[in-house]
Amino acid sequence: MSRLRDDYENSWWRRFQGWVDGETDLLAEGMEIRVPGSGKEDPLGEGKKPDVQEQGRHSKPAAGPGRSRTVYNGRGIRYFRRFYQVMSVFLCLSIIFVLLWTVAYLPAFGNAGNPDNNEVSARYIERGLQETGAVNIVTGMILDYRAFDTFGESCVLFIASCCVLVLLRIDAAEGDEQARKRLAEANDRIFEPKNDIILQKCACILVPLILVFGIYIVLNGHLSPGGGFSGGAVLGSGLILYLNAFGFGKTERFFTEKVYRRMTLGALTFYCLAKSYSFFTGANHLESGIPLGTPGAILSSGLILPLNICVGLVVACTMYAFYALFRKGGM
Amino acid sequence: MGTLLFVNMEETVSIILFGIGFTMLMLHRNLIKKIMGMNIMDTAVYLFLAAKGYIKGRMVPIVTDHIQDVSAYINPVPSGLVLTGIVVSVSTTALMLALTIRLYERYGSLDLDEILMRAKEEERT
Repeated sequence: MSRLRDDYENSWWRRFQGWVDGETDLLAEGMEIRVPGSGKEDPLGEGKKPDVQEQGRHSKPAAGPGRSRTVYNGRGIRYFRRFYQVMSVFLCLSIIFVLLWTVAYLPAFGNAGNPDNNEVSARYIERGLQETGAVNIVTGMILDYRAFDTFGESCVLFIASCCVLVLLRIDAAEGDEQARKRLAEANDRIFEPKNDIILQKCACILVPLILVFGIYIVLNGHLSPGGGFSGGAVLGSGLILYLNAFGFGKTERFFTEKVYRRMTLGALTFYCLAKSYSFFTGANHLESGIPLGTPGAILSSGLILPLNICVGLVVACTMYAFYALFRKGGM
Repeated sequence: MGTLLFVNMEETVSIILFGIGFTMLMLHRNLIKKIMGMNIMDTAVYLFLAAKGYIKGRMVPIVTDHIQDVSAYINPVPSGLVLTGIVVSVSTTALMLALTIRLYERYGSLDLDEILMRAKEEERT
């Protein structure tokens, strides 16, 4: 009876069932056994001792069969790798084939009668100028008809920068962290060009031009190609160039974490309140009191210009924050 | 099927790019290369959307000379969708890179298998 149970415990089916139920992980066992052989350079330093314990614990049930577990698992891992590669290539090829088959049945490229050129886009083109006041129809669409979608995008950027802040921030308060911060700063100093005269002179000329160009793109979002996202990216890259040329000391005179927090929060709050008001009055057929102005003038198209400025601020701050966080773990 | 694929050349190219990105995601064990594959997939999606919005012989959707006829401009909706895609792609890329940095600091490796192995080991002890 007990031998039967042992056979059952060691059988393939039992192990498969256990793997399906998540009790044992065949793959993990194989990997774990493989480590002592190949894990000579263990950066954790304490890898040796637990491995011995693990082997002791695992050799007990496996003592019955006289084969070497290590060899078996190593071969299993190799087979699994080969199988994985073959299957992934097969999967990718089949996905490409299915998608290409679908593409072959799509309507022809560039045809005006395609079903995606329906009444929605016709309405945007025909009435967009009168209803939103924006000459650029795409801007009118994303900042007026679908402004909450753009609000969501700005929030996505803000949340992403918050997550990166949580992940990469180096806190100086803790003792252990302090050592790492010193290390990170030392590493940063090695790669940082100290007072590079060519970079500084080029930055003196280029940074004002880049910033003015970015402001131009943001302010002309409703008149020409551009808008808050592209203009904000240009502004952020100008700030990053300034930071590279002159270092953190000079940038922190005008752009610190507090400034970042206030600018982002203010821009997002203004966006939310302004667009909520506009949608509320619009949905209830009230007079919103926001003048649309003459199309083509820079102070026109109602809320689109302030909203573009808000989006541009958020994007510029986020780009700069990403760079500063990835470089030294703080702003 | 061949001629139809040639007519929809832009879509075909975007599908192939998507496949290349997906293959990178599956086959490479290096996390940075996985992120690159993800970005190639994003690019394929932008190309597909931009190709869907294009109409032959028409202008960008910016009103010029007070022409407000549907037959003068391309479809503006996919352009807005591409904008959304770009923003989300930037955010996810930054987040993935930050996670990769933290994983590298913790486990000293960019190889996903090795990271998983070390993580399992730590879990046991």
